[in-house]
Amino acid sequence: MTTDELIWRIAGGSGDGIASTSQNFAKALMRSGLDVFTHRHYPSRIRGGHTYTEVRVSADPIRSRGDGYNFLLALGDSFARNPQENAYYGNEEVKPLSENLDDLDDGGVIVYDSGLLDTDDIPDFDQRVEEHGWHVYDIDLRTIAREHGREVMRNTAGVAVTCAIAGIEPEVIKSLMDDTMPEKVFEPNMSVFDDAYGVVTEEYDADAPDISIPSGSHDEEQVLISGSDAIAYGALDEGCRFIAGYPMTPWTEVFTIMSQNLPEVGGISEQVEDEIAAAALAIGASHAGVKAMSGSSGGGFALMSEPLGLAEMTETPVVLIEAMRAGPSTGMPTKTEQGDLEHVLYTSQGDSHRVVFAPADAEEAYRQTRRAFQIAYEYQIPSIVLYDQKNGGELQNVPASVFDEAPNPDLGSVITEAELADAPHDPSGKYNRFQHGVEDNVSPRSIPGQEGGRYLATGNEHMPAGHISESPDNRVNQVNRRMSKMETIRAELDADGGQRNFHHGPADADYGILTFGSQQGTAVEAVDRLNDEGESVKLLGVSELAPYPVEEVTGFIESVNEVLVVEMNASAQFRGLTQKELGRFGDKLSSLLKYNGNPFEPAEIVEGFVTSIVEDGRLPGHETKFVPAAGD
Amino acid sequence: MSAFSAISEDIEHDRNEYTPGVEPQPTWCPGCGDFGVLKALKGAAAELGLSPEEMLVCTGIGCSGKLNSYFESYGFHTIHGRSLPIARAAKLANPGLTVVAAGGDGDGYGIGGNHFSHSARENHDMTYIVFNNEIFGLTKGQTSPTSPKGHKSKTQPHGSAKDPIRPLSQSLTAGASYIARTAAVNPNQAKDIIVEAIEHDGFSHIDFLTQCPTWNKDAKQYVPYIDINDSEDYEFDRTNRAEASEMMYETETVLHEGTVLTGRYYVDEERPSYGQEKRAIGEMPEEPLAERYFDDDHEWDRVYDTFLDRHK
Repeated sequence: MTTDELIWRIAGGSGDGIASTSQNFAKALMRSGLDVFTHRHYPSRIRGGHTYTEVRVSADPIRSRGDGYNFLLALGDSFARNPQENAYYGNEEVKPLSENLDDLDDGGVIVYDSGLLDTDDIPDFDQRVEEHGWHVYDIDLRTIAREHGREVMRNTAGVAVTCAIAGIEPEVIKSLMDDTMPEKVFEPNMSVFDDAYGVVTEEYDADAPDISIPSGSHDEEQVLISGSDAIAYGALDEGCRFIAGYPMTPWTEVFTIMSQNLPEVGGISEQVEDEIAAAALAIGASHAGVKAMSGSSGGGFALMSEPLGLAEMTETPVVLIEAMRAGPSTGMPTKTEQGDLEHVLYTSQGDSHRVVFAPADAEEAYRQTRRAFQIAYEYQIPSIVLYDQKNGGELQNVPASVFDEAPNPDLGSVITEAELADAPHDPSGKYNRFQHGVEDNVSPRSIPGQEGGRYLATGNEHMPAGHISESPDNRVNQVNRRMSKMETIRAELDADGGQRNFHHGPADADYGILTFGSQQGTAVEAVDRLNDEGESVKLLGVSELAPYPVEEVTGFIESVNEVLVVEMNASAQFRGLTQKELGRFGDKLSSLLKYNGNPFEPAEIVEGFVTSIVEDGRLPGHETKFVPAAGD
Repeated sequence: MSAFSAISEDIEHDRNEYTPGVEPQPTWCPGCGDFGVLKALKGAAAELGLSPEEMLVCTGIGCSGKLNSYFESYGFHTIHGRSLPIARAAKLANPGLTVVAAGGDGDGYGIGGNHFSHSARENHDMTYIVFNNEIFGLTKGQTSPTSPKGHKSKTQPHGSAKDPIRPLSQSLTAGASYIARTAAVNPNQAKDIIVEAIEHDGFSHIDFLTQCPTWNKDAKQYVPYIDINDSEDYEFDRTNRAEASEMMYETETVLHEGTVLTGRYYVDEERPSYGQEKRAIGEMPEEPLAERYFDDDHEWDRVYDTFLDRHK
């Protein structure tokens, strides 16, 4: 049992308010000066089905979920199905309690709503409690809630019980509830809170568990933010005022945040008939002079393949967001995976050229979404922000100052009417919008409605003014010009200053861990622990995937004996990309993979590294999988 | 001051201005109905006094997709079936533009059918011209969504088992607020209809019969045609949805019996366009969004001042 941090898991059914309760809990503790980090687990159902959110709380900075957890608040599943005998989904009603026992630390706390849950339904419950030294609090939260208000307020009762046991000042929670609840809801919630808090202090031994909330303080004001929030905010600060989309989990979050905020800043959001239309609308709006975006998750992004290629061919700037979930096909809609890397890199016919960023966390998501817009509009190329269910939904505290940045509505490489007067035109009066031999091979675009700027944008190969052409000479010139932008962009990213991707650990380490996107924070914690345990390991978390940071990754791999590539998919896509881009190191890169729908815990990376690299042994379970380097 | 003076300036235009000085010669086959659309569109644009640079013509793929290669304006030759979503977004981004989308019957009623339904439903202020030749021409003569039942082609060697799409009826059901059919062989009516369609504030759908002399030799050249608005044999009120619907059904049925009916079928001047609806609920700015990016005085909101407090 760790006492320097609380990892609180609130479990119930879908629709029981688990997400909002945990969000308020996390925010309250953040306000009290602590660092927080959440992890969500939920089913693809509107009502019912086991769902939980973990809130990790520490006085020290945290960037990952923890290993297991130490405090369970098990509410009932109000919308559980009534199972027939041998139903494969089992007894859903007790799952918020029964499903969470395996991960609970020894000496941990169990609070459960005895108004809804009966431990007689759980095999060997008492025996397991004794074995693991768990402290159990069976409290009728439902009845307390009903007495003072409504049944849904049992979440408040559960939070009050948590405070009493973990030693959290009630005022920390209450002041936040006061801020977020209307008075007529706030009053009964306070009564529920006080009653439940009193029950623990009066009738139970609240001090029995060896757990106490740490105290902390922040040097500056913090905000509780998710990756999805940060992507949307990056887009808004970059002057994006148009989004088109179609709902799909987990992308829906970004789409929702944008749709709710855009009208307030005079922007337009369009929910349309399908994802082909969504991407096409973003291209149409961008073509007409507005900074625009669209996005989806894997299945919807598949439908965007053809518009994506059109944006490449017509050199129309656009930013697309791809929120990965477990595939193929419908896969596991609410579970996380990093299996769409190759999909976003290569989908659509012909030679792809697009920019792909895979931010690790909220801060990177904000910065890289902004960068994605800058590059898209400066270089007239599609930019993709690739993230996943994990970092889209994780809430973490970030200094508010991260967002204290100037807006940038610059449309990038466009021409004005005044400039058009002296610009090259073809004999029919069309502007040569796709010119060869221009700076950085980017030919400034005109916008429909500009005098003297007319041209034809077409998905066919075309001449400088847009006329369709199959001339071999023109073809080679145009392909070379378009493709060369990738090298220019790479050079620009490198010029931003040295190491662009995330390095962590001793520079002279013997071994390396290489990962991309959302696994970075967890890998940081694993690397710290490995070094504490006497290993010599450093980390490179890559978030610029195309154009690939060849020099930076080459330097990293060359500096160590062996590299373990950590990613969440079954076919080692990031390792494959790295080998393709670097053209070597096949015998130096092994893989640690996870694809069961749940993100890595730090201990899994530690174990994977020690067992597979240091001891040359085999991993015991099948939660993660080791794939050795070529020839190993 | 507008960054788009082609929209704001009022200058008279000659129909020849819409003919490109380079590659003015269309590659359509001799006798192709597509020439009729091009001619009618040039006539309509001149009559309306539109500047080539305040027009955006978005096309799909196929012979019809070449329309904006031979018509001088801003053009976007998109992908198969997707001219509508690109066109309607451009209109939302800059409502000052005159937006025309065009494509074939396979493009609009087949692969792009979903976009057709929803664009009509939403009543975007734009004109959609469907080149209906009842065949896939550019890919050399396959059966299309409007090919008559029993139509034989290389891909339907025993004749099509499917009834054709009823484009006018479908358009009415979907929500288009101006619906007409015209034919390449009737250039004056075609021009007048395009003028009305562009002037109409809402989604205007023109089913344009364009004979394919190469791949649809069996089909009539759409002569003789009857203008239902001029003929005494067809009395109906085009502002009445039920009467329009009946007229459309008859038109679609008799086409394959050799009677070519054309004209205006439905006009709803009352229904607000999508842009008006969206502005009314506060989800679209009054000033064109595209202007904002060229306005140095515009104060851009930033997240730090607007939305961040809710996360504190």
